[in-house]
Amino acid sequence: MKSTNQHITFKVDKIRKDFPILSRKVNGKPLVYFDNAATSQTPQVVIDAIVNYYSNYNANIHRGVHTLSQEATDAYEQARQKIQKHFNAQHSHEIIFTSGTTHAINLVANGFSSLLKKDDEIIVSALEHHSNIVPWQMLCEQTGAILKVIPMNQEGELIISAYDKLLSENTKLVFVNHISNALGTINPIEEIIKKAHDVNAAVLVDGAQACPHLKPDVQALDVDFYVASAHKMCGPTGIGMLYGKSTWLNKLPPYQGGGEMIEEVTFEKTTYADLPYKFEAGTPNICGGIAFGVAIDYLNSIGFDAIASYENELLNYATQNLLEIEGLKIYGTSPNKTSVISFNIEGIHPYDIGTIVDKLGIAVRTGHHCAQPIMDFYEIPGTVRASFSFYNTKEEIDALVYAVKKAKTMLL
Amino acid sequence: MLKIENVNIKDIQNEIIDEFSMFDDWMQRYEYMIELGKSLPLIDDQYKTEDNIIKGCQSKVWVHAEMKDGKIIFTADSDAIITKGIIAILIRVFSNQQPKDIIEADTSFIDEIGLKEHLSPTRANGLVSMIKQIKMYALAYQTQLN
Repeated sequence: MKSTNQHITFKVDKIRKDFPILSRKVNGKPLVYFDNAATSQTPQVVIDAIVNYYSNYNANIHRGVHTLSQEATDAYEQARQKIQKHFNAQHSHEIIFTSGTTHAINLVANGFSSLLKKDDEIIVSALEHHSNIVPWQMLCEQTGAILKVIPMNQEGELIISAYDKLLSENTKLVFVNHISNALGTINPIEEIIKKAHDVNAAVLVDGAQACPHLKPDVQALDVDFYVASAHKMCGPTGIGMLYGKSTWLNKLPPYQGGGEMIEEVTFEKTTYADLPYKFEAGTPNICGGIAFGVAIDYLNSIGFDAIASYENELLNYATQNLLEIEGLKIYGTSPNKTSVISFNIEGIHPYDIGTIVDKLGIAVRTGHHCAQPIMDFYEIPGTVRASFSFYNTKEEIDALVYAVKKAKTMLL
Repeated sequence: MLKIENVNIKDIQNEIIDEFSMFDDWMQRYEYMIELGKSLPLIDDQYKTEDNIIKGCQSKVWVHAEMKDGKIIFTADSDAIITKGIIAILIRVFSNQQPKDIIEADTSFIDEIGLKEHLSPTRANGLVSMIKQIKMYALAYQTQLN
């Protein structure tokens, strides 16, 4: 537990003023937003950037000689550089704008379809979101490759000794999330990457859940591909990024055909544009890309050390107080976890708790969190998931604890 | 099972609206639904099969239908108690009715009793699919009668 001074030095009251939505009411009660792992809220600076784009320099990029197009192009490419710097990528062309994490994963999966052959192996983890399982199943069906799964333990951690046994010279790709969306477990990706590289396999890390809480250094990690979504990082929906080492990105074929991604087209042959445009067919989400850059600036202005430390304080406070409710069980109890609490109360369906808690103005997520294999592992239909962000407060956690107690009284 | 003889769907719906109008706030409405959900055995275990299941993301619903004396008897269940409470209300409205009346009936009364959100297609609790299923059964039985 961190000292309460942290709370004072971390000016949460001031930060909350940056988010207009936090002052609204839901069902007559002040909104308590604890669904941050699904999407984060948007600060005014990001909203302003979106309004400013459409008010002042909305234009298609890269192909116009007029001023507006030039301004939009500059802003979009500056955003790419901000993202490059944030993730410490070696080159800005290693940052590909995508519509989000799912799109980025599919882009890589599609690329590997031309590189894999029968009996090659892909390793994924048992902690994956559906969007991290389905593209690989499709890829295996297409290529005859085999999908292997790193199992998890009761605490919701990956069993690394089992991973060691799965790795072989047949392993071509390892795919794992940095942080589990359903349980909040932080996976030991450094170790996973190093071991995969020992057998010359590439590694794709899904950073969707990690990037709101920490600042990954893709070069230090030596990761081959890393993906993230802006909307979980205080940015808008519909934009995300794929980082790929340029050696890998050059090896992969284009994903979609269209404008932007071509160099020269005749009916006989088309030559593709260089990175990153090879993977950015069609008019991109220009405004989204620019706003993504602004969101990254915003997060860095608060600082990831401060964010992590404060969120950890919220996690500890919530864990302690929720566990005082008799019959409440938390799923995902690794000491290495982020500010996500997945729980159930014995004898009560998560949907029922979520419904009552919503009536009290608290937004949590219920269900299988698109991670059915994890729910099957625990033999439960789903969980209630409360996920905290740096703009949440202990008072809001008190409101959650009260609401869960109320729901329990009503439902049992 | 509730015995409702010769009462038409509209009358039952109005009766339910009357009942719910007595509640002052959402908590009383929900407490009532939870009571309904807890007290009613809604489906025979033999019908809780994979065939009869409607999988929502949030909760599961089972529906079974059989024809008796020209009327369809519905039984249903859910793993979530609030969903089950709403099922109890829907069964009270639709069960023991003639197929053509079921086909023609609407569910706007749910809005009036303040439970609209539970029948939103995006809620993924299985209830919207359950109503669709009820209508499909009615259509199928009606076709048989014709």
